[in-house]
Amino acid sequence: MLDDFMTRATLAGIGVSLAAAPLGCFVVWRRMAYFGEATAHAAMLGIAISLTFEFSILAGAILVSLIMASSVTILEGRSLFLDTLLGVAGHSSIAAGLVIVSFISGIRIDLMAYLIGDILAVSNMDLLMIWIGVLIIFSLIIWRWSPLLLVTLSEDLASANGYNPKKENFIITLSLAIVVAVGIKVVGVLLIIALLIIPAASARSVASSPESMGIIASLIGVLSSILGLNAAYLFDTPTGPSIVCVSSLFFLIFMTANVFLKK
Amino acid sequence: MLIKISNLEVKYGSKFVLKNMNLSLNAGEIVTIVGPNGSGKTTLFKAIIGTVPLSKGTIEINPNLRIGYVPQQLKIDQTLPITVERFLKLSNINFEKSLDKTELILGSKDLLDVQINSLSGGEMQRVLLARALINDPQVLLLDEATRGLDQPGVAAFYRKIENIRKSTNCAILMISHDLHVVMSSSDRVICVNGHICCQGTPEIVATSPEYQALFGGDVDGTFALYRHHHDHKHDSKLER
Repeated sequence: MLDDFMTRATLAGIGVSLAAAPLGCFVVWRRMAYFGEATAHAAMLGIAISLTFEFSILAGAILVSLIMASSVTILEGRSLFLDTLLGVAGHSSIAAGLVIVSFISGIRIDLMAYLIGDILAVSNMDLLMIWIGVLIIFSLIIWRWSPLLLVTLSEDLASANGYNPKKENFIITLSLAIVVAVGIKVVGVLLIIALLIIPAASARSVASSPESMGIIASLIGVLSSILGLNAAYLFDTPTGPSIVCVSSLFFLIFMTANVFLKK
Repeated sequence: MLIKISNLEVKYGSKFVLKNMNLSLNAGEIVTIVGPNGSGKTTLFKAIIGTVPLSKGTIEINPNLRIGYVPQQLKIDQTLPITVERFLKLSNINFEKSLDKTELILGSKDLLDVQINSLSGGEMQRVLLARALINDPQVLLLDEATRGLDQPGVAAFYRKIENIRKSTNCAILMISHDLHVVMSSSDRVICVNGHICCQGTPEIVATSPEYQALFGGDVDGTFALYRHHHDHKHDSKLER
C-alpha cells in the first residue's frame, strides 16, 4: 500500500496537518503568527547548511529554526520590537539560505521543492520521519496542555501556580521547529505557517472551548490536505499551494457562515 | 514567617525599579502597599511569584507555600474560547471540592458557563479572586483587585477579604489605591516609591512626612489626592 505515491502523499499530508492544527491554535492565541513565519523562514538557512555539509535536512532545519527562535526570544525587549526583530531574522535567514544554495555546485537543486514542498516525492523514510515528528508534537502538547494553556492566558498566573513560563514557551518553540522541519516536504517553508494558522482561525468561530478548537482545527487541516491533494491531482496544480487554497476556502466558508448566523 | 524579602533590587535594563526592599509577611496579616504609579508595586509582586529576575537580594518563600495571585487585569485574546468554569479548573485539582466557595465569590452559579471574553470588569475581578482562593492559599497577593468596581463593590470586596482572613488565617499582601479603605482595614501599610518610603501601622504611616509628601495631607477623608513630588529626598540613594 505504501508503494503508491498518492498514498504516501496523503499520509504525509494528514500527519503534518494533525500536528500543525493544535499547535496552530497556540500560535493564534498567543499572536505568534509572525514568530512562526520567521521560524519557518529560518529553516531555509538550515536546509542550505545541510545541503552544503551533506547531512540530514530535517536536523539542519530544526537546529537553525530553534537557534533563530531562541535568540530572538533572548533579544526580545533588549532593544528592538519583537516584530521588527523577527522580520530581520526571518528574512535574513531565508535570503542567506538561498544565496548559500546557489554556491553549491555539482548537483542541481530544485529550490521550489523546499519553498512550496513536493509532497508527491515523499519517500517511506520521509513518511516515517514525519510521523515521528507528529507523535513528538502530539505527546508534548497533550502532556503539557493545561500549563501551556495557563501560560498562554497569563504567565504571571502560571508562575504563581508553580509553573515555569520559560519552559512552557520553549515547548511551543520546539514544537514549531519540528513542525516546520517535517512540513518542508509537504508544503515547504513558505506555506507551513498557513497549515498552522488557517485551520485554527477557521475553527475559532465554531469552537466554545480551547479543546474543541484544537479538535475542529485538526479536522479542517486533515480534510484540507486530503481534498487539496486530490484537487492537485485532478487539475494538475502544485500540491502545497492547492492544500493551502482548500484550507483558505474552509476559512472563508466558516467566516461567512459566522457572519450570517450571528445576524 | 511566610515570605521574607531581603535587600531586594530589580532593574529593567539599567533603570532601577526597586531598591533596598526589606519586607516580611506573617500568617494572618493584612499588609497593604501604597505608592504612586510606576513606583514598582506590581514589579514587587512579579518578583515574589518569580516572573521578574532579581538583580540583587533574596526572596525566601517556603516551596510548599500556596500562593493565590490576583493580577491587576487579565486580557484574554479574542481568539481563545474559554468558559469561566474551564478557566477555574485549569491546573486546579481542588475545583470540585471548593465549588460552594467559588459560587459564593462569583455571586452566581450561572457565571460558570459564560465565556471569559464577555465578562464585565467587575465579574472578571470576582473570577480572578475565586481562582486565587480555590487552592486555599496561605498567602493572597492582590494587585489592585478593586479596579473596575464601584464604591459599594469596593466596600463589599474588602469585607470579603476580611472574612477570608478570619476564616482561613490567610496572609494578605495587597496593592491598593483605595487609600481610605486601606487605612482602616490593614495591619500594616507600606509606602513604596522604588524603595520603602515608610511603613508601620496605618496611623503611623498616615502621619509620616514621607507619606504626606506622596499623597498630600488630606488622607483621612474619603478624598485622597494622588500627588507625587519627585523632589522629595530620603537617605537611600535611589537613582532616577
